[in-house]
Amino acid sequence: MSGRIDLMGEAALLVRWPAELAAAGAPLAAMTDLQRDPLPGVIDLVPAIDSLLVCFDPLTIDRTQLTDRLHTLATHPPLTALPTGRELVISVHYGGIDGPDLDEVAAQVGLSPQEVIDLHTATEQQVLMIGFAPGFPYLGWLPLVLHLPRRATPRVAVPAGSVAIAAGMTGIYPTTLPGGWHVIGRTDVTLFDPAADPPALLQPGDRVRFVNAETQRR
Amino acid sequence: MDRFALAVANRLAGNRPDAPALELTAGGVQIRFGAPMLIGLAGADLQAYLDDAPLAPWCSAIAPAGSVLRLHGRRDNWGGRTYLAIAGELTAEWAVGGAGTCLAGGFGGYQGRALRAGDRITVEPRSFTAADGMRWWPVERRPAYCAQPHLRVLPVPQHTMLPEAWEQLLKTTFQVDQAASRQGYRLAGATLPTHQLSLPSFGVVPGAIQIPPDGQPILLLADAQTTGGYPVIAVVIGADLPLAAQLLPGDRLAFVATDLATAHAALAEQAAWLATGPEDDESGELLAQAGAIG
Repeated sequence: MSGRIDLMGEAALLVRWPAELAAAGAPLAAMTDLQRDPLPGVIDLVPAIDSLLVCFDPLTIDRTQLTDRLHTLATHPPLTALPTGRELVISVHYGGIDGPDLDEVAAQVGLSPQEVIDLHTATEQQVLMIGFAPGFPYLGWLPLVLHLPRRATPRVAVPAGSVAIAAGMTGIYPTTLPGGWHVIGRTDVTLFDPAADPPALLQPGDRVRFVNAETQRR
Repeated sequence: MDRFALAVANRLAGNRPDAPALELTAGGVQIRFGAPMLIGLAGADLQAYLDDAPLAPWCSAIAPAGSVLRLHGRRDNWGGRTYLAIAGELTAEWAVGGAGTCLAGGFGGYQGRALRAGDRITVEPRSFTAADGMRWWPVERRPAYCAQPHLRVLPVPQHTMLPEAWEQLLKTTFQVDQAASRQGYRLAGATLPTHQLSLPSFGVVPGAIQIPPDGQPILLLADAQTTGGYPVIAVVIGADLPLAAQLLPGDRLAFVATDLATAHAALAEQAAWLATGPEDDESGELLAQAGAIG
């Protein structure tokens, strides 16, 4: 069982792992390894659910050194070196106008809205990747009972701060964007601030615990 | 979008190649200079005039205080973007390591948006001489800009999942759809085979050719998102991205397969051109001013 390396143009290589290694954290482990001991010429690393895109300057990179290193990471991702990430708590207003899909999600999975909230707040979720829009985090994984496909018809505008679930993951909309995830709540935190360093609040590897803003207040 | 023309405009103005500059798309713009400035113009010929005098692209010039640069639109049968660099440092909002404008995110550059009438841009000036305003960039050190370019592509192994799409990609003449932005162009002219492939999102790059389920390809460009879930069957080589950057909606293009060695050689050639710098040969400058070159 090992990953494969594909060319993505002359300036990038895509390392992809089979599901078991990906679920065990191979993309983040490989990214951490390349950050701790960087290769000259590597410009950017883009982790995703089951892959890591390695972007480099084709005119200065030592290609043999790069492919050797990526081959090692593809076959033996250093899972023991997985980043523990920071621990963050994000407060969410669940349901109502903040989470218009909460009741429908509850009905679909056969639970009460409160049980959905309890499950969502009980599970620590890791930032698997940032994508789709600046600062949009994909967090996983949700308990199996909350695994739902996307909405059949996407919304044209999902408000900023919306906390939504789909495909076993939680996503948070940094700005108002079109989107097809089930919106179950909203948070007040700023996810993307271009003036901050880094601009994205959440980084791959961070662990997030969602808390119910209403319960917190009491 | 056209990083080669941006670098040349900056070199003509004596700036570092990646200094902030203005990307002027499709013409119809007027810029008044509040002080004497050394400028570099490179990219498509959008019929530029400095006051009443025609100003050829790929040249430097000195804009007197109060002079107005006007761009009227495409003259040749190709080109959509030209770059205006000004000697010194343009004041811009830096974000995420660059001075560029992220239109989708609404940050960076000038208030995170495209420029409009009445906007004022400030420049940290740098001194220059009359000779600085007489430089030009020879045609043999430019990418092969043309109408209906044949963009060279490297296959991405995912094309084996959609073998017919890859074959048709190389046989078809496409047209840039009205749905075209700095993020990417939708390509019309042929529908590649439709599919139901659903992949976990993965990192993508400018130049990647995505095939959405409806079979109408998308060519990702400078403002491409960092990840995408549609299959990518090919990537346009870096040396040909300037040609793609000059296309406007309605323009035609085609793709030809190439190999890694060719992609490297083409990129190295462009880097060598950019390393040589502009010419200050007066006869060349006069030819360019007369419109014989460019």
